[in-house]
Amino acid sequence: MNPIIKFIVELQDVTNLLWRALKGLRKRPRYFREIMIQMDEIGVGSLAIVALTGFFTGGVLIIQAYPTLAYYGAQSNAGQGVATSLIRELGPVLSALIVAGRVGSAISAELGSMVVSQQIDAMRALGTSPVRKLVTPRVAALVVTLPLLTIAADICGLIGGGLVAQQMYGLDVNTYISSVRTGTNIDDVLGGLIKPLVFGFLIGLISCHKGLTTTGGTVGVGRSTTQAVVASSIAVIISDFFLAKILQSALKTTLF
Amino acid sequence: MKNADGKLRAEAIASNIEGSRPPAIEFREVDLAFDDLVILDKVSFTVDRGETRIVLGGSGTGKSTIINLILGLLKPDAGRIMIDGQDITDFEDMDLMRIRKRIGMVFQEGALFDSLSVYENVAYRLHEEGIDEGEVEHEVMRMLQFVDLEDAVDKMPIELSGGMRRRVGIARALAGDPDIVLFDEPTAGLDPPTARNICELAIKLRDIESVTSIFVTHEMDNLGYLSNEYAVIDENGNVQFEREGNKLCMMNTSIMMLRGGRIIFQGTDEQLREVDDPYIRRFVSPSYV
Repeated sequence: MNPIIKFIVELQDVTNLLWRALKGLRKRPRYFREIMIQMDEIGVGSLAIVALTGFFTGGVLIIQAYPTLAYYGAQSNAGQGVATSLIRELGPVLSALIVAGRVGSAISAELGSMVVSQQIDAMRALGTSPVRKLVTPRVAALVVTLPLLTIAADICGLIGGGLVAQQMYGLDVNTYISSVRTGTNIDDVLGGLIKPLVFGFLIGLISCHKGLTTTGGTVGVGRSTTQAVVASSIAVIISDFFLAKILQSALKTTLF
Repeated sequence: MKNADGKLRAEAIASNIEGSRPPAIEFREVDLAFDDLVILDKVSFTVDRGETRIVLGGSGTGKSTIINLILGLLKPDAGRIMIDGQDITDFEDMDLMRIRKRIGMVFQEGALFDSLSVYENVAYRLHEEGIDEGEVEHEVMRMLQFVDLEDAVDKMPIELSGGMRRRVGIARALAGDPDIVLFDEPTAGLDPPTARNICELAIKLRDIESVTSIFVTHEMDNLGYLSNEYAVIDENGNVQFEREGNKLCMMNTSIMMLRGGRIIFQGTDEQLREVDDPYIRRFVSPSYV
């Protein structure tokens, strides 16, 4: 199939899945317990690696930025640089990429295995909608937990940046905190929380779609898992570009 | 039919045929193709209430497709599919869910949910329907008793042998007392004694529970068990299996053979063995040339 037509067909399938997943929230049974289990798996399960990633990203931002800032005598603004980069961009994007790798692959592999072992057919034969039972809880859990994980990554990143600034460059902690506070505004925080909402949707939908469309036995499970991670990561990075532009225009006009 | 109420049941089936009640399953001129590959070509048949229809045929002849069409997992390109007289061909997913709740399905490899225990697998449909846990527990134990697997209630599917997985699959399909049970090659890859156990469960379902079923297979041993043996309950309440004799003839089991998406035979096992068609002869007795 022509790659463009293939892309359009996939887009149609994902949109259709999104619509059915949303309908799954409206109709009974709603599988709240399943959503809680997924939130635990996705949210609590990813907290440590997301926090670690945030911490070292904050640290490396200071290592890269501090010497240049010091050159211009602006080292007291180091906290602002870390906060802006982390809260606006790196926190949401890195958390989403980590979650796409860890959770997206797990979702796709799990659903793919269920497809090849006929468990999805069995579920439908038993009168249950796999979209409502499997897709809706996973997407809902991702949409709720990814913003929370991003907050965790942001906080750990700020702590990491502060520690590196103090221990390696002798920057006063109060100066760092003050710089973070003055350099962060409501735009940054709102934008930094809206992005992971969208990323959660994308990762959940793409991973579930790739898993549910698995063909070709166990080899197919591996293939769809790889595709889920690659497609989710690319979707996160591309959508981040457009979201950054949209949020920049929208938030400035509404709030300031 | 030869068990205690055999005559009554035979009459019940006969009355279905006469048209007082619609057949449990009916296919009318059903066509299905994937691109240029014809899967089913003008397939028409009926399965009456309480009847077991054995569907024979080689790999890729459309046997499992028939089951998927009954469940609404596939849609035909043309023709109509009726369940209990209700035309389900154009049903939306929500309406199909309602129909599926009345149908039990036994998959080739069991298709048990790996993350759920045997208890949770068997209880799946009942939990989905929001039935009280006490009632669920009673029903699960009854079903596991039927397949002789009460001891495996707390095990996970990974701990079960192939035969046990199929039996749990049967218990899961039977939970909630469906009117129709579909078996999709349930003995594939099993050793002969285990395959026989699975057939005995299907015979028990047919003769003791009066359940309508479709049994898809390509193994002639299964055909032998299902069309020549029947189940009765002895004076101690135990199920006994006996072989068909000269006095009585099984009325609740018929055979259908598919080839290239077309039905090439419909009738009893005796009629099947008398057919002159070389393909059927070769299928029935592989040594025939």
